[in-house]
Amino acid sequence: MGITGQRRLRRGVTYLLLLAGVGAVAVPFWYMVVTSLKPQSYIFEMPPRLWPHSATLHNYAAALDTDMFGLYFLNSLFVAVCSTGLTILVSSLLAYAFARLQFPGRNALFYVFLLGMMVPPVMLIIPQFIVAKILGLFNSLLGLIVVYVTMNLSMQTFLLRGFFEGIPRDLEEAALMDGASRWTIFRRIILPLSGPGLAVVTIFTFLYSWDEFPWANVAIKEAAHRTLPIAIALFQSQHLTEWGQVFAASIVALIPVVIVFVIFQRHFIRGIATTGIKG
Amino acid sequence: MSRSFRRLATAALFILPGLILFSAFILVPMAYSFRISFYDWNIVRPERSTWVGLANYAHALRDPIFRRAVLNTLTYAAVTVPGQILIGLIVAVLLNQDIRGQAFFRVVYYLPVITSWVIVSLLFEYMFVGQSGLVNYVLKDVLHLIPRNILWLADPILAFVPIHLLGIWKGVGWTAIVTLAGLQAIPEHLHEAASVDGAGPFARFRHITFPLLRPTLVFLFIVLTIGGLNAYISFLLITNGGDPLDLTHSILTLMYEATFTRLDFGYGSAISYLLTFFVFVVSIFQIRLLRQRVEA
Repeated sequence: MGITGQRRLRRGVTYLLLLAGVGAVAVPFWYMVVTSLKPQSYIFEMPPRLWPHSATLHNYAAALDTDMFGLYFLNSLFVAVCSTGLTILVSSLLAYAFARLQFPGRNALFYVFLLGMMVPPVMLIIPQFIVAKILGLFNSLLGLIVVYVTMNLSMQTFLLRGFFEGIPRDLEEAALMDGASRWTIFRRIILPLSGPGLAVVTIFTFLYSWDEFPWANVAIKEAAHRTLPIAIALFQSQHLTEWGQVFAASIVALIPVVIVFVIFQRHFIRGIATTGIKG
Repeated sequence: MSRSFRRLATAALFILPGLILFSAFILVPMAYSFRISFYDWNIVRPERSTWVGLANYAHALRDPIFRRAVLNTLTYAAVTVPGQILIGLIVAVLLNQDIRGQAFFRVVYYLPVITSWVIVSLLFEYMFVGQSGLVNYVLKDVLHLIPRNILWLADPILAFVPIHLLGIWKGVGWTAIVTLAGLQAIPEHLHEAASVDGAGPFARFRHITFPLLRPTLVFLFIVLTIGGLNAYISFLLITNGGDPLDLTHSILTLMYEATFTRLDFGYGSAISYLLTFFVFVVSIFQIRLLRQRVEA
């Protein structure tokens, strides 16, 4: 066997292994899609089929209509969009201050913020629950938003500060000479030059807020304010056998995530690769 | 008005929104939770709580259910962390070649990472259901490896099979992408030079790739260990929060149950501080590494 033969063999094995991996990822997802299309009477059929023989959209209609998953979808969207917008605003303000402004205690304060990356989020649930009750944020979407923004602050500030520090200072110094305020510089120079960094923040905060379960599970008790993750988990625990509807709702919840991911795929991969942030 | 005052005022405007949120929802809660952990806390009338000193911590360390939860959590980390790193490394090495469909493979492998824990936990639970699950069907009727259906979710040991598999399955995409970035940072000419000197692919991996990839692997190890210690949603949903007989808790599902089911806020807080202590120790290494990465 010559060099090219060996190379061809290696390439063949590479594709084979990669495709096996694709199979391992795809089969569970495919099984979920198939189950969501099965009528209830076929959910526990033996043998389990990987191809539905009487596909129906009944589960989707039931989930969106009678079980209010349409409303939960809107709740999730509202929470994720507001959390993302606010996180971008608040963390980029902080990051700019840490990157460029001089004030006493700057480094100490920065380390305090880094502390937020070390605290396991679930550990904060008990006291956050108490604080939310005191502030009247219990059982409200606003209570979810403020906590999601806060939980994302440390990581995103850290990330953006690194990004802002990479922007050349000349532009800013010229603007300062011309009498521009820090706020103007932030808005007109820093933010427009930070597109890729802000994209990374957007993607991660959106996904985090869209998928978050532990805090929502504690903070939301009223049915009308549920977000998708808690609604899906609760539905499953109450209707143990209705897997078709569980997965119909899951797929509806998954669609925006996949869309966001595919669109921003490049930023996403680069963001992970350069920052080591965990999705 | 002096210049330094104006400078301070400007800085305050940039910092205050974040600082207020951070104080209200992270700093104050941390301190509050620390205080609660020393009390037999009365959630309805906090002023009637009684000081119990270290009793909640002592209780946790003696409690067989807590010890079991620690064991379960450590086992989870011990299985899923090397599992994710090893498989992620293989995927990254495969992807780091001149192959078609790079983007396709990356998107597919990353799909489990972006899917919510709730959805994939329920999906694995469904696949491992005893009577009609896909896994039993494949093992029993297709491969004939087992004589009868296994009741995965009813057994305090076997319930960890879907939990551990899920932990690895969901995380490989992320470890692969991070490892791939590490691989691509290794200069091509090192491999070429070694090839010229007659080093085979395995020798090149051992003497070039692996040493240069070490910082990435250490970073992954730390971040994944912290994540593993914080395992929560998959345990909660797949074992119904500790079933059977409270033998399958993770540290956090136990904390959650103590707090919000039994309303023992003091005990729950003590558990969460014990966990935080472990995580904190691991995190100190993480922060050091993050700094190195940024400076590099």
